[in-house]
Amino acid sequence: MSTGNAFLVLSAFLASGVEFVEALTIVLAAGLARGWRSSLAGLGAATVVLAVTVAVLGPALTVIPLQALRLVVGALLLVFGLQWLRKAILRASGYKALHDEDAIFARELAEAQSAAHLERAGVDWYGFTLAFKGVLLEGLEVVFIVLTFGSAQGSIPLAALGAAAALVLVAGVGIAVRAPLARVPENAMKFAVGVMLTTFGIFWSAEGAGADWPGSDAALLGVLGFVCLFSFLFVRLLRREHRSVIRPVEVEA
Amino acid sequence: MKRLAAFGRFWWEFVIGDDWLVAVLVAIAIGATAVLAGANVAAWWLLPVAVPLVLWLSLRRAIRSA
Repeated sequence: MSTGNAFLVLSAFLASGVEFVEALTIVLAAGLARGWRSSLAGLGAATVVLAVTVAVLGPALTVIPLQALRLVVGALLLVFGLQWLRKAILRASGYKALHDEDAIFARELAEAQSAAHLERAGVDWYGFTLAFKGVLLEGLEVVFIVLTFGSAQGSIPLAALGAAAALVLVAGVGIAVRAPLARVPENAMKFAVGVMLTTFGIFWSAEGAGADWPGSDAALLGVLGFVCLFSFLFVRLLRREHRSVIRPVEVEA
Repeated sequence: MKRLAAFGRFWWEFVIGDDWLVAVLVAIAIGATAVLAGANVAAWWLLPVAVPLVLWLSLRRAIRSA
């Protein structure tokens, strides 16, 4: 497997894994608070919508010329990846609260338990909508990543394989423990996904704009190393700055 | 009309997110790469230089507005 394809599978696996963990938390909260029938119906309906989206957009993307596709996809991934990376760096440096799946689950559960009961076609409407929206929104990110990564690298099936592996793993563990997957190192995974998206974004958008990378596909490793380097440097700088801002306040208190 | 606006807002938040300046600066950097490449000048280095600068600027903006 080439460097590009190995990165493709790994990136799709990590990015999808993070989204599936978040979707699982919402489905669990809806199921426990409003009943499994409505929660699973919402999950099923959202899965159908996502499958139709992939079936329509997937083949359409493969007919676009590769250079134009890499330019558009690279630019989108770069902007999208920098969003992830910015949030991850702010979390790692202490400027933003860490993502806490247990706290999110408790909040979703409390909201779902307090909502009014309204039944339509035999399912609890609140539970259905909660699961449907949660899975659809998290799933759209997976679809976006699988289709953009897959089409730009020339293999949507490989990207889908990475996402499917993450789905099997998260769903399997979720069914086994029936609790939010709080032990998954989600913040570290989000950091890694931000790095991957930014790396692919830089590589493909430069290629799409007509630039030639020295060493061709092997340059991807160099870009990855460089993105890791400046990301960790920024975390270090901001962490030090955050500590120096916090300390005087703590002393005063 | 309302649904169309909501649809547009969803995609804006999904792709552009909290800081629109990142999208603008990335677009300018990619455009400059295309101009250099079109003039047969080595252009691969431009994005690796621009991206850390854009990210640092966006981080400072996020911290200032927090």
